[in-house]
Amino acid sequence: MIDRQIAEALQASGVELVVSLPCAMLSGILDEVDGLTIRRIPVCREEEGIGIAAGAALAGKNAVLIMQNSGLGNSLNALASLTCFYQLPLFLLMSHRGGRGEQISAQIPMGLAAPRLLDVVSIEHKPIKSRPDIKQLEFLIRHTYETGTVGAAFLSPELWHAER
Amino acid sequence: MLRGDIIREIARRDWLIVANIGYPCRELFAAADKPGNFYMLGSMGLASSLGLGLAVSQPGPVCVIEGDGSVLMNLGTLATIAHHAPANYCLVIVDNKVYGSTGNQPTCTAGLTDLAAIARGAGNKNVVRVTTPAELALALDKHTGLPAIIIADAEPGNENAPVIPLSAIEIKERFMAHVKKGF
Repeated sequence: MIDRQIAEALQASGVELVVSLPCAMLSGILDEVDGLTIRRIPVCREEEGIGIAAGAALAGKNAVLIMQNSGLGNSLNALASLTCFYQLPLFLLMSHRGGRGEQISAQIPMGLAAPRLLDVVSIEHKPIKSRPDIKQLEFLIRHTYETGTVGAAFLSPELWHAER
Repeated sequence: MLRGDIIREIARRDWLIVANIGYPCRELFAAADKPGNFYMLGSMGLASSLGLGLAVSQPGPVCVIEGDGSVLMNLGTLATIAHHAPANYCLVIVDNKVYGSTGNQPTCTAGLTDLAAIARGAGNKNVVRVTTPAELALALDKHTGLPAIIIADAEPGNENAPVIPLSAIEIKERFMAHVKKGF
């Protein structure tokens, strides 16, 4: 249900292209996106997705990059020297790993660092923790495209707690 | 054949042209500055990806000028291109076997690495290696109908091309206006 709502929020906010890498937390969302009419291009590494999204933006298309927060580390140079430098719109939708209940210890360092890395490159970000936040996500994405800026949201594991 | 010869051959065509960071941008600007040129001034390695995003988002032909060093930085792009590039996509890799914008330090293609073999191994069906401007022209003109990867063998060497005087926003705005009117 949460996965479907997030996919529908992407569609309602005008997303035309999804570029993505997987995460165990994101797998349901990616399946739901594939059930919609939004084109999805899976990429091999996150910064490749930043490049593809920039090309789409240059043709006037609204793109979102779906990835794990760890992928932000692979994307920073591209975000700063391509997306932000040319003032191209892009939304980053990330699963936020490394918090309470995390089973994989290696997720902790980037889980802690990711929000602060976005602060350093002046990209606004919001946590999405509950079902009402998904409506806010829709507005955040739309705002990003309307203002030609870069925005980001971190999907918290608690979002799915009510369902499990 | 020098990179400049390859770029002049591409620039004769009325396509959207994406140029990689450094001298490829400068040489394209010097050869034929046009609104349909996108000069990617940073983000080394992503010209091929940016061009792919353009090719799937609008119908006009897109030609990307990459280098061996920049493609080696983003090899996954060759797999993504194999699976998702539409017929209006053409990637030209200037294979001069060095990092030409930083002082001609050798890349792995100076040694054992064969980018055409990697591109084919990634699943691309239409990969050709060219060694002269005439072969390049032929490969560029017959690519329509299939996405293409052209590996253009080149000698190292930069032209005396100045730094691009346009700002990133100027480059973007005129490029987007050009795409929007369907060029």
